[in-house]
Amino acid sequence: MHISLTVNGTEKTGEIEGRTLLSGFLRDGLGLTGTHVGCDTSQCGACVVHVDGVAVKSCTMFAAEADGCAVDTIEGQAAPDGTLNVIQQAFQDHHGLQCGFCTPGMVMSAAALLKENPKPTEAEVRAYLEGNLCRCTGYHNIVRAILAASGQDLPAVAAE
Amino acid sequence: MYAFEFDRPATVAEAVAALAAEDAQALAGGQTLIPTLKQRLASPSRLVSLSGIADMKGVSTKDGVLTIGGGTSHARVAAEAEAYPALAAMAGRIGDPAVRNRGTIGGSLANNDPAADYPAAALASGATIVTDRREIAADDYFQGLFTTALEEGELITAVRFPVPQAANYQKFEQPASRFALTGVFVAQTADGVRVAVTGASEDGVFRWKDAEAALSEDFSEGAVKDLTIAPDSMIADLHGSKQYRAHLVKTMTVRAVRAAS
Ligand SMILES: Cc1cc2nc3c(=O)[nH]c(=O)nc-3n(C[C@H](O)[C@H](O)[C@H](O)COP(=O)(O)OP(=O)(O)OC[C@H]3O[C@@H](n4cnc5c(N)ncnc54)[C@H](O)[C@@H]3O)c2cc1C
Ligand code: FES
Ligand code: FES
Repeated sequence: MHISLTVNGTEKTGEIEGRTLLSGFLRDGLGLTGTHVGCDTSQCGACVVHVDGVAVKSCTMFAAEADGCAVDTIEGQAAPDGTLNVIQQAFQDHHGLQCGFCTPGMVMSAAALLKENPKPTEAEVRAYLEGNLCRCTGYHNIVRAILAASGQDLPAVAAE
Repeated sequence: MYAFEFDRPATVAEAVAALAAEDAQALAGGQTLIPTLKQRLASPSRLVSLSGIADMKGVSTKDGVLTIGGGTSHARVAAEAEAYPALAAMAGRIGDPAVRNRGTIGGSLANNDPAADYPAAALASGATIVTDRREIAADDYFQGLFTTALEEGELITAVRFPVPQAANYQKFEQPASRFALTGVFVAQTADGVRVAVTGASEDGVFRWKDAEAALSEDFSEGAVKDLTIAPDSMIADLHGSKQYRAHLVKTMTVRAVRAAS
């Protein structure tokens, strides 16, 4: 079956099967391997992208369902010259990543949160990240990065 | 995952017609069905996506009844069901944000997972499940683990919730899955109080009649704090014993009454 969609602002088309997952289409069909597949069972959130502006786990959505939609991935976050966006820069500044595997999903979830709630509390950040697992950082620096990206003064985040 | 045909009908009638094909199955948010397909626990020949059916989406209120389209996402219910705050709050605590953006009320009620949240809300509220062919009272709808009154190919098109005078849902979360280890939904209406429990029983969602009787007399924590519920038919697994769940049923009921009153 044929689909056409907008990915990071550019029109894309593709031939897919009914069972093709959005994560698979992005990675194998379009070569956008920034969207990571950690668990493939909708637990870890490494595969989070935005579909029509809201966060979804792309391993748990069929590509066919994205036909006609606008999809945003981690590749579309930095400026074309490579300048990181404010969330990505905050992750770098606050050591919000170690191995980086979870980071694309963390950044996309953070972007969805800050769109809905531009000045979240620490508790709201933690609650919003419930579906994003990180095996390295222990989360504190991710939470700090997102609070910093929201332009707020950094509180003494717990357990420091 | 095995291969299947993929349909995206625009109306309920087209979807029902497509579901008449042998081994066809409805796809809503896919938050339960896609993992099931990956594990090859289901192998439909055709998936009929409900996502393109505009008539099945939306939240509206009229004459004290909140109606939610069967294809409405949890996120939308959380944001738009202001007329029934306890229900909106429940929807806002299902899974995580990405799950709530895709998962739907129809999918949750059709699946009837013994630890899901919506079954408790529907049963406690005395909701009506509206399908493409009939209306089913919540009391007749839930028939045990993963079992409902739905016929083959029958679609939940809407769910109607009479808005109670007071209500609250207390969920004791299993922190890894975020499903309810035990959840209790309490709703007080002019006809009395209903208490529905999810996550606890081997028979799926159920009404705790002793608590309902006590709370209908006296809607206060005191009315339930000395009640007990038999642990015999409770679920025992690595997260909690039968006795632990029986205890949680009471504790969550007390908390829900406290929060509602
Ligand atoms: C990480 C994670 C955490 C979760 N946490 C929770 C939680 O805390 N609490 C909770 O309650 N749930 C939770 N869920 C489940 C979630 O709420 C699902 O969205 C829901 O159970 C199924 O809804 P769906 O729209 O995704 O349905 P699908 O997965 O698309 O479908 C499920 C079943 O329902 C059938 N179906 C779908 N729509 C209809 C309809 N309108 N009429 C008739 N049949 C239909 C399908 O054929 C299928 O058999 C979680 C899921 C995940 C992945
Ligand atoms: S890969 Fe999608 S949630 Fe883990
Ligand atoms: S940085 Fe390694 S998993 Fe998060």
